Amino acid sequence: MNPFTLVKIAIRALLRNRMRTFLSVLGIVIGVAAVITMVAMGEGSKQSIKEQMTAMGTNAITIMPNQSRRGGVQSESTEMLEEEDVIAIREKATYINGVSPMVSVGGQAIVGNNNSPTTLSGISADYLKIRNYEIEDGVMFDDEADRMAKVCVVGQAVVRNLFGGENPIGKTIRYKNIPLKVIGTLKAKGSGDFGQDQDDVIFTPYQTVMRRFSSTTSIRQIYANSIGEGYAAKATEEIMNILKERRSWTKPTDPFRVFTQEEMIQTVTSTSDMLSLVLTAIAGISLLVGGIGIMNIMYVSVTERTKEIGLRMAIGARGKDILLQFLIESILISLLGGSIGIGIGIAASEIIKSVMNWPMSISITSVFVSFGVCCATGVFFGWYPARKASRLDPIEALRFE
Amino acid sequence: MQTKTPILSIQNLRRDFKMGTETVHALRGVSYDIYSGEFVTIMGTSGSGKSTMLNILGCMDRPTSGHYILDGEHTETLKRDALAKIRSQKIGFVFQSYNLLSRTTAIENVELPLLYNPAISAAERHHRAIEALKRVGLEGRMNHLPNQLSGGQQQRVAIARALVNDPVIILADEATGNLDTRTSYEIMMIFQELNRQGKTIAFVTHEPDIATFSTRTITLRDGLVKKDVINETVQDAKEAFEALPPPETFEEED
Repeated sequence: MNPFTLVKIAIRALLRNRMRTFLSVLGIVIGVAAVITMVAMGEGSKQSIKEQMTAMGTNAITIMPNQSRRGGVQSESTEMLEEEDVIAIREKATYINGVSPMVSVGGQAIVGNNNSPTTLSGISADYLKIRNYEIEDGVMFDDEADRMAKVCVVGQAVVRNLFGGENPIGKTIRYKNIPLKVIGTLKAKGSGDFGQDQDDVIFTPYQTVMRRFSSTTSIRQIYANSIGEGYAAKATEEIMNILKERRSWTKPTDPFRVFTQEEMIQTVTSTSDMLSLVLTAIAGISLLVGGIGIMNIMYVSVTERTKEIGLRMAIGARGKDILLQFLIESILISLLGGSIGIGIGIAASEIIKSVMNWPMSISITSVFVSFGVCCATGVFFGWYPARKASRLDPIEALRFE
Repeated sequence: MQTKTPILSIQNLRRDFKMGTETVHALRGVSYDIYSGEFVTIMGTSGSGKSTMLNILGCMDRPTSGHYILDGEHTETLKRDALAKIRSQKIGFVFQSYNLLSRTTAIENVELPLLYNPAISAAERHHRAIEALKRVGLEGRMNHLPNQLSGGQQQRVAIARALVNDPVIILADEATGNLDTRTSYEIMMIFQELNRQGKTIAFVTHEPDIATFSTRTITLRDGLVKKDVINETVQDAKEAFEALPPPETFEEED
């Protein structure tokens, strides 16, 4: 029998039981749509995390005190970072091309009647290149010349919120009653950094924060920048050695935690990989259930049409013809379900993206793979019922009521 | 009309069925020849082996031993697919319960056997189906569905389906069993007409009056041929039909 006729016969058989066909198709639609949407969700979050991390600077290294905890109680002997550590790293480290402390104060930034709960970050000039910031207008403060100076550089969100979009250079921001003169603005970086607006920043020399705002000598974090990709490990080791050397450290545990952006990316992506794997697996199970639905319906169909099969065989159909007839039916169900499922999956991803503002990335691979899985489902789950049909004895089948 | 070489030859045919530990001998050594142009009725009570006989004649079953030569071809050693091919090209089946595909028009039902013959194009399939329906007088019912047709009309569609592949023999299995007398005779008229046009027919029945329309009657009993007689006086189905008392109520048939 020619393939066109076979398909025609299959379509007619499927149309004869519209509701049943619809439900079998629906099973596959849900399975495929779920796979595509889930993969889009997983891929989307992975990509957006990667983008954010890259925006933060791929070569960035973060140094933090090692807050070893025992039974939830922070141990007394936590080593604190100091300005001297920053200086030591800057002078001695060879795999580093920038280093900056980070000390911050929370509070309200006030300009006239406007105020904004922006954190005041005390940094050194290197911070800009470590975190990929660029000056848009004005100048960056200088570590030596502006030591403890009441100056600041602000991000675009601050320009918008506190200055109504006007050029803020030369104007003053009051922070905890201390006036800070704006000497520069930063280029817009966009949101990111785990939901935190990277443009909503006020940078000031770290000595200004340490002496004028929080009167402390300890530094919460030190950021550094390795000289290039692949040097992160060496840079990390070097920094750790410098820090230990300064303290004549002999304990087996490290006094600080040093982690690189690459490690961060790896940690975060492996978490999101895991998440998208779980999501995809769940969606895959629903596709499997859809396939079992096809198999079930094909078994019912074969039993119900035993007499028809007997007749077809009596008038000359070979086992192969019957096998193909039923196989094509199940393949048609899964192809139809697959196509609609892909459509719905893509639409759902787009809707989630635009309505809920989630990062979604429709992967072409997932579309092809789920379509392929779909065809395979049709063949696999249609095979046994179809073979059962093809092996019927025409005499028995004709007698079937 | 008989030629020297038989169209169908059965030699010492046996068919055993294993029913648990017992073996049932449905056919115990049947031999006969059917010649081209014959209209043979195969009679017998239930259990006589006539259904088994028909299944073997129809190439749906194989004998345990013996020979069955159809149109010069030994069929007893053929595989499933080869038997299917013989069914598709050399045999036309007419069943007691018509066995039409529901929700499928008359013409599509008739086209069905040709679907399994790749040598026949869609256009030829259609053309031959129309011709077959004309021969059974149903050219006006081609696009009707089985449930829109009377029993007699459905059986005529089934006969057209048996004709469409131009088989060497038409096998009918109690083809009038579900029909009343008038309609039965109408169906027999069609069979007689086809026989006059040269079709070889083997008609299984247990009704003696149906046998009177055939040219020869083979009677089976306990798996053996009990009688094999040429009917000297073949009753004309048309005359028999006209001799029937008129129906009290008009049937749905036109």
